[in-house]
Amino acid sequence: MAMYSRTAVANLLCASTASLARTPLAAPRLLLPAVRSLHASAATMAPRKRKVFTYENLNPHVKQAEYAVRGELAIRAEALRKTLDSDQASTLSFDKIVNCNIGNPQQLGQQPITFLRQVSSLLEYPALLDDRNRDAALKLFPADAIDRAKTMSKAIGSLGAYSHSMGIPAIRNSVAKFMEQRDGFPANPDHIFLTAGASPGVQTILQALIAHDQVGVLVPIPQYPLYTAAISLCNGRAVPYYLDEEGAWTMRADEVRRAIAEARNGGTDVRALCVINPGNPTGNVLSKADMEAIIKLCHKEGLLLMADEVYQTNVYYPKEQPWYSFKHVLCSMGGDVAKEVELVSFHSISKGMIGECGRRGGYFEVVNVDPRTIEELYKIASISLCPNVQGQVAVDIMVNPPQAGSESYDLYNTEMTHLYESLKRRAEKVAAALNQLEGVQCNRADGAMYLFPKITLPQRAIEAAEEAGKEPDAFYTLALLDATGVCTVPGSGFLQRPGTFHFRSTFLPPEDELDGFIARLSKFHKEFFDKYRG
Amino acid sequence: MTVAEKAAATPSSSTPKKSGCLDPLRRLFSSPKSLSSATPRTMIGVSAPTSASNGTASKLAAAHAAPGKVLTVDTINPHVRTAEYAVRGELAIRSEALRKKLQTDPDSLPFSQVISCNIGNPQQLGQPPITFLRQVTALLEYQALLDPANRDLVQNLFPEDAIARAEKLHKAIPALGAYSHSMGIPAIRESVAKFIEKRDGFPANPEHIFLTAGASPGVQTVLQTIIANDHVGILIPIPQYPLYTAAIALNNGRAVPYYLNETGAWTLRSAEVRRAVREAREQGTDVRALCVINPGNPTGNVLSKSDMEAIVSLCYEEKLVLLADEVYQTNVYYPADQPWHSFKHVLRSMPIEVANSVELISFHSISKGMIGECGRRGGYYECVNLDSGVLAQLYKLASISLCPNVQGQLAVELMVNPPQPGDASYDLYHGEMTGLFESLQRRAQKLGAALATLEGVECNRADGAMYLFPQITLSRAAVAAAEAAGKAPDAFYCLALLDATGVCVIPGSGFLQNPGTWHFRTTFLPPENQLDDFIERIGAFHQQFMDKYRD
Repeated sequence: MAMYSRTAVANLLCASTASLARTPLAAPRLLLPAVRSLHASAATMAPRKRKVFTYENLNPHVKQAEYAVRGELAIRAEALRKTLDSDQASTLSFDKIVNCNIGNPQQLGQQPITFLRQVSSLLEYPALLDDRNRDAALKLFPADAIDRAKTMSKAIGSLGAYSHSMGIPAIRNSVAKFMEQRDGFPANPDHIFLTAGASPGVQTILQALIAHDQVGVLVPIPQYPLYTAAISLCNGRAVPYYLDEEGAWTMRADEVRRAIAEARNGGTDVRALCVINPGNPTGNVLSKADMEAIIKLCHKEGLLLMADEVYQTNVYYPKEQPWYSFKHVLCSMGGDVAKEVELVSFHSISKGMIGECGRRGGYFEVVNVDPRTIEELYKIASISLCPNVQGQVAVDIMVNPPQAGSESYDLYNTEMTHLYESLKRRAEKVAAALNQLEGVQCNRADGAMYLFPKITLPQRAIEAAEEAGKEPDAFYTLALLDATGVCTVPGSGFLQRPGTFHFRSTFLPPEDELDGFIARLSKFHKEFFDKYRG
Repeated sequence: MTVAEKAAATPSSSTPKKSGCLDPLRRLFSSPKSLSSATPRTMIGVSAPTSASNGTASKLAAAHAAPGKVLTVDTINPHVRTAEYAVRGELAIRSEALRKKLQTDPDSLPFSQVISCNIGNPQQLGQPPITFLRQVTALLEYQALLDPANRDLVQNLFPEDAIARAEKLHKAIPALGAYSHSMGIPAIRESVAKFIEKRDGFPANPEHIFLTAGASPGVQTVLQTIIANDHVGILIPIPQYPLYTAAIALNNGRAVPYYLNETGAWTLRSAEVRRAVREAREQGTDVRALCVINPGNPTGNVLSKSDMEAIVSLCYEEKLVLLADEVYQTNVYYPADQPWHSFKHVLRSMPIEVANSVELISFHSISKGMIGECGRRGGYYECVNLDSGVLAQLYKLASISLCPNVQGQLAVELMVNPPQPGDASYDLYHGEMTGLFESLQRRAQKLGAALATLEGVECNRADGAMYLFPQITLSRAAVAAAEAAGKAPDAFYCLALLDATGVCVIPGSGFLQNPGTWHFRTTFLPPENQLDDFIERIGAFHQQFMDKYRD
């Protein structure tokens, strides 16, 4: 970083003033941006409205960005929840909102992993680790949680201080060990960035990658809308490639090649490929052969591979559809490919069986990335000082849980196993129920937390949607919300093949409420179809 | 998004035909005929591989720069490259290396520890946390602690009011582990609104308050939203906190500097701001916002009410959004002669046409004050007189990152709603706050006085915040040596200080300064019992440095 040679404003301002900021001999004190272009003065000449910060004046890329998971449906659900809390509750035909629009398990009653919370609690209040309080603490906390908290407290120093901007070194070491064990290949703690969830990491990488408005980033369709939103904010181009719905939503290298060729012909500088595995919203788990084909493609086409692997433990058929990390597959390929393909992979504490969404924790690992680019990423991280320490602590516990033989192991193992099995049962049950519905086809969720059924809507429903100024699937999901309190996200928020309609629902409602959930959904669906049948 | 907007989106040749559902993509694809693409996007002072280049040309450039790699320092976003953040820049990186060296070989350096005075990070330097805050957060983390079955055991470790508070918060926030509302937990935003009302004497709307992971992400979000094209200018104080220039650079805007008056205790003169606005506008910059840091960072200045009124009037006349960084609002050391006022209070106290029209966004944080919970990342910003369409956009932006971390939100709640007189924890809380406040005040005075005795050093008193920003007059020989080393003279001084003493401060060039003047910023956060030694080390180094480079 050449901080000393050109100061910050010097870079922001024009070259001639740059020297002023640091040269003692510089004469005039005029430190202003020079006229840059002939287009310059239009903005200042225009008559100004009373307000400056109006919708019209906003950064157009901010306005363009869309994030359906918390979009129209979620905002309407919020309003309905307020109605339920008011004396107008009786005007609604349901007594609660079920948020299936977002993978937010603890909101729907999933219990946290006890050990994680015990260690976090102990770290919050240092008196609990004081030897004088040990007897009292031991009546409330298991000894291994106390020991773990002590070890971490030493490694962290002070929980209340800004940490290293890339994350606490000891925790990055834990993450590196975890990946080495998972993948069978070494990981470098200095190539790992802890983040406040996967989303800020994805946004940072895209911000760094999108150098100008012709840079294209390949995104799967359907995709998780973080990608299109972040690309839009950075004024880049989303280049869609379609997942194969008939082939259990798998990813075909040929289709990616088509997308690249078309985009490049159209003048787009395609630089990266985003892959979500297990898929969101599709639930697909990629085969090793497909992953190898994708990596080769990245090598041949000169693409950065961005691997969103946040659902890596939500894999429900590990025998037939085992999950592999892209790091493992890449390193296993050997040769130039293993040494050259640039990979950034993302992980999070929000998913899996941990489900600590609100805490905001995660990491990304960069592989084969230029060291100077890593420095730039470090600088970006430092502008926001550090990821929150509580999220970092949870990352440590996620990658380094209680081991067999330790006091907390049995409880930890039981919690993880029960949750996992319950998620799998719920995935199967909801999918089976959806497939019973008229005009609905739903692939099995091999992984992740979502189902993404296709609905063939009656022509009259499509017309009614048009009249209401809505996408047909948004129209359907709004009607579902109004009738049942179930909040899902229309497929148009994730993008889909033109002419097809879907919605995404989590399968996270608690098991004892699942029958009721399915009954409400089915009843609504039948009524909707009856109403709009041609 | 309305249907009309969708219809307006230009379809692109590379999007699949016939699709009612690909509009977001289509908009991404279509080159948006917005302000920013109508004019060259090239960054000021930087020749970026941007608008002029077509895909092939930039790919060639990439290939030329670093064969084989996609993501190189030459191909990444030029605005990322341009952004600088000295607080964690060269000095901080070097201090990290020295710290590592001390761990492996404790006798290898002329000092035994690195003291990070480059950043206001009090708990790193041993400041203890506020007990009540940590008690409540500990109780909320592990729900078994709130189980009535454990009450007797828990009461041995926690005071009653902390338990009661945790129970109350647990009801308002049933699932700590869930994503919250993207603007922050409604009950906490209500607490913040009440706090602001009580502080300012004017109402606050919880729907206009955004909880954030510290003040920095809030500032970045707001700047991202304001900077609509590469002609937008943002007025920033010189010296400034480098977050501002970094965030403006990332968003490809223009930083428009106004100078604080060093000889007038670093105060802000509206005439100087007017000069800056006028000159920038004359040269084609669309100046849209004014950043004010009060109490000042790095200057420690606390603005008078009349200066604030002049600033608000200026914003009214010049149509500027006022961005008020008020994170040091409780670090005010002479409240009798230099009381702190919030911009919200001053704005609302002014004539109605001003009070109801000047757009203000004010930022607060849990990282500063006596709380000092830097690592937790918590804060908020309040929007005043803002267009509702803008609020909706800020909400959408917040939602893309889902929510600010809940643990940070909890600490905001405890900051704005602390134990009250009569509560079991009040005496301890009050004692901790007062003890810390007085200690900070003493340290500010002591360090300020010590620096002022050094040869060629002048140092304003810190009326507020956590920093001193002394001016150092360096000899021609020192300036020449710095130039030979390729460093700014103050950076050269600070690096020498770090290497000789382990004390990490930041050169004034990182904050920007009047041309021809040199400064450094140091926190006054080293613990009181180490302060004498700290002062002695700086003093000895300074003398040697001055002797070595005497003209």
